[in-house]
Amino acid sequence: MAVTDPEYPASVLVPEATAGPVLPGGGPARPAAPRRSGRREALHFAFRNKKLLIGLGTVCFFLLLAIAGPYLTSYSPTATVGPPHAHPSSSFWFGTTTFGQDVFSQFVHGLRATFIVGLLGGSLAALIGMVVGFTAGYRGGIVDEVLTMLTNVVLVIPTLAVLLIVAAYLTVRGVFIEALFIGLTSWPWAARAVRAQTFSLTSREFVDVARLSGIPDRSIILREIAPNMSSYLFMTFILLFGGAVLIAATLDFIGLGPTNGMSLGLMMNNAVLWAALQLGMWWWFLPPGLGIMAIVGGLYVMNVGLDEVFNPKLRDT
Amino acid sequence: MLEGGVTALLRLERVSKVFRTGALGRGELTAVRDVSFDVEPGEIVSLIGESGSGKTTIGRMILRLTRATSGAISFNGADISSFEGRALNAYRGEVQGVFQDPFSSYNPIFTVDHTFGMLRRGYCADLTSPDWKGKLEASITAVSLDPEHVLGKYPHQLSGGQLQRLLIARALLLDIRILVADEIISMLDASTRVDVLNLLGDLKARGLGVVFVTHDLSLGYYISDKAVILRSGVVVESGSAERVFGNPLHAYTRMLLGSVAQLEERWVDDPAPADDREGEARLPPDPPDAVLVEAEPNHFVLQGPV
Amino acid sequence: MALAVDDLKVYYRTLQGDVRALDGISFGVGDGEIVGLAGESGCGKSTLGKSLVRLDGRMRYVEGHVTLDGEELPVWNTNDMNRFRFKSISLVPQYAMSALNPTRRIGRMIEEVLESKGVSFEGLSPEIERRLELVGLSAEVLGMFPIELSGGMKQRTVLVLSTLLNPSLLVADEITSALDVSTQKAVARALVDFRRRGFVNSMLVITHDLAILHEISDSIVVMYAGRLAEKAPAETLVHSPRHPYTQLLISSLPMMGARFSERRLTGIPGRPPSLLDPPAGCRFRDRCPVAFAKCAEQPPVVEVDSGHQVACWKAA
Repeated sequence: MAVTDPEYPASVLVPEATAGPVLPGGGPARPAAPRRSGRREALHFAFRNKKLLIGLGTVCFFLLLAIAGPYLTSYSPTATVGPPHAHPSSSFWFGTTTFGQDVFSQFVHGLRATFIVGLLGGSLAALIGMVVGFTAGYRGGIVDEVLTMLTNVVLVIPTLAVLLIVAAYLTVRGVFIEALFIGLTSWPWAARAVRAQTFSLTSREFVDVARLSGIPDRSIILREIAPNMSSYLFMTFILLFGGAVLIAATLDFIGLGPTNGMSLGLMMNNAVLWAALQLGMWWWFLPPGLGIMAIVGGLYVMNVGLDEVFNPKLRDT
Repeated sequence: MLEGGVTALLRLERVSKVFRTGALGRGELTAVRDVSFDVEPGEIVSLIGESGSGKTTIGRMILRLTRATSGAISFNGADISSFEGRALNAYRGEVQGVFQDPFSSYNPIFTVDHTFGMLRRGYCADLTSPDWKGKLEASITAVSLDPEHVLGKYPHQLSGGQLQRLLIARALLLDIRILVADEIISMLDASTRVDVLNLLGDLKARGLGVVFVTHDLSLGYYISDKAVILRSGVVVESGSAERVFGNPLHAYTRMLLGSVAQLEERWVDDPAPADDREGEARLPPDPPDAVLVEAEPNHFVLQGPV
Repeated sequence: MALAVDDLKVYYRTLQGDVRALDGISFGVGDGEIVGLAGESGCGKSTLGKSLVRLDGRMRYVEGHVTLDGEELPVWNTNDMNRFRFKSISLVPQYAMSALNPTRRIGRMIEEVLESKGVSFEGLSPEIERRLELVGLSAEVLGMFPIELSGGMKQRTVLVLSTLLNPSLLVADEITSALDVSTQKAVARALVDFRRRGFVNSMLVITHDLAILHEISDSIVVMYAGRLAEKAPAETLVHSPRHPYTQLLISSLPMMGARFSERRLTGIPGRPPSLLDPPAGCRFRDRCPVAFAKCAEQPPVVEVDSGHQVACWKAA
């Protein structure tokens, strides 16, 4: 029964147009102040947010490199094309490995694989997480309890141990299997986050109004609730993407990645195996390591920036 | 409090609601116990109670947003708990609700038109666009708003009073028979409250039955024909508004009336009681086997066994 | 005069410019007086309450003076106000009872607040318990978590905490709004009791509920759109208001006894003006039934009777 005294409701910071007073006698209506949509206001802040710009810029740079890179190099990543242990030079921008492979070529091909796994794995995790989260948050009750139990079980499964066992059975693994595995194991926290937000939105009265209008539950979730959390869902996806990249790099690094092809983690794995550190071949492990760090770090920083853009209270006005 | 008429428009008979609480629902919370009352066309019935009285739960049961655990709610003689699919949709076309928080009742990312649009799919799908527009504008004008000023706007651009009226307009669009109004003006400014209330009074003249849920006795008295006083889910007093407010018989009703801040007279200046139970809690609870007794025509009170 | 507010102007900074929430208000609270501050949403009453202790970072002090017991309060500077906050002037903000830390026992929370003000909890402990008992709460409350207390109990605890150091002025913002009607009465009474016992010297009670103010305050100030509309002793304001806004407001309140079927009440058509770019002159002009040409000029506050001030050309 709280009475709101909304002297300055959100419409103050999000632009508003107070319609003129509606007088029964048709009195003078004050002209509405210029009206900007919430989206444009978000864009206005987006362009000014340093974190968002830096993060996005970094990720886009590497994405471009991943797309265009393989065309810049004529060497195949696994072929021996030059003298071994060569320092970076004009013919081999990132030098060569112990076997004379072009590191730059490995790098850009690896970037591609990284992005693909990140995208596929992250998307799968996001999809599962959202389905579970929305259903649990909207329905509540016994459905929620069962789904939460499921989420918690998957959360505590030691993914590494499972992967080791899976790896033992699948002698040939591709990028898709890796993405599938990542997708199937990293959705729990996304589900919990979505569930929590859904709970709070479902308790709002417009959901009751929608029910009273005869709208089926599925429509309510997809068209009333999800759009309200769109920024949240977007950020969740970004985090899952970054997480997937990191997990993939870790798996590749310990040799549980795809059995063929190239990836950044695999590069680092090889570098360690062939004593690149001791031999001082910094050009072999530094690019992939920094690459992963920059991409994942860029994604997280971008997310912090996005949070500030979407959430007016975090902005330092 | 069941009257002579064979079938009232809306009838609640010994309705109860028990919530499951705790892990795996092992605990129980009785929110509503054995509540009965009728609503006739053109009648405003107030459900009056403090928080925890069950009044909102009763409203939600009438709207089929939640189900009664026992007892029967019937509309035009038919038990509403059996309605599904098309029958439920038809019921919703006759019984609608308006809630407390006008800003929470609209999806903030859409304009207010969206709330009306939701009805079109379910109830007016076969209307042509100009017909729909006409119907829409007619219902908005019926609540004393100018369609030009309110359509196409976002909820945060309108005032609480306008938003509540629009929700009533939405309900009227369907040509409903019963409106459940749950604390619809408690979040509005004083200067607009009475206008929305008067709107309900005017709609009453058109034959609309209203279930008016409130904690504010002055509002209840201003607008209603019948009053039902609820305490912890149980009806303690009910009957015509004049009788219940003019001659309150139950101690709880008297306590409520005595606590209302007045502009006419000030509270009697007795020193503040020095115990930690305020108001309601100071009264002894009603015995579990108390029943409603007709103390005078159209006036029922809960009484323990004599 | 315990509190004297002189032409106080406080605006909110926003993207579109300044919202002139408080646009030049002047009034006083006498020694030992309970002044009620009433008005609808957007009138500036909450802003006034907060600006007296300078709490909200979005507020921008523009001009004006606030004097408490003869000493000027540096309301333009949050840090300078630290000396006064809680000790000389104390605020119970809106929704205070919902803002209690759910993971802290009440006693621990009080201890933390006192420590931050440099006051020893142990030293005050007996006094805390005595005051809790005076408002009808047992000392056991100190060992409980907020969730174990009812709304009324939490509100009374907050009241005790806010007045622990016997401030000269207590500002209470909507402390009865979220409570049941029977609890409202108990809390409102507790407020008056505090003054009687000397825990607080004077009070400024902010609420939209005129009826509660009529019950407990000595005078009532009615605000509209950031300015003062009328100030009068409680009985006078309720029974013989002079400002058209006050008159319309009071006549729109359904008090016990009014029935729709017998006498239809009317509200006030229209809405308050936007404070982003308010119109010149009297801000109630557009909705006022007796507005005339002179209203294009802001009416000054005129004392029409002892203790009765109105800002209206027609009423003066």
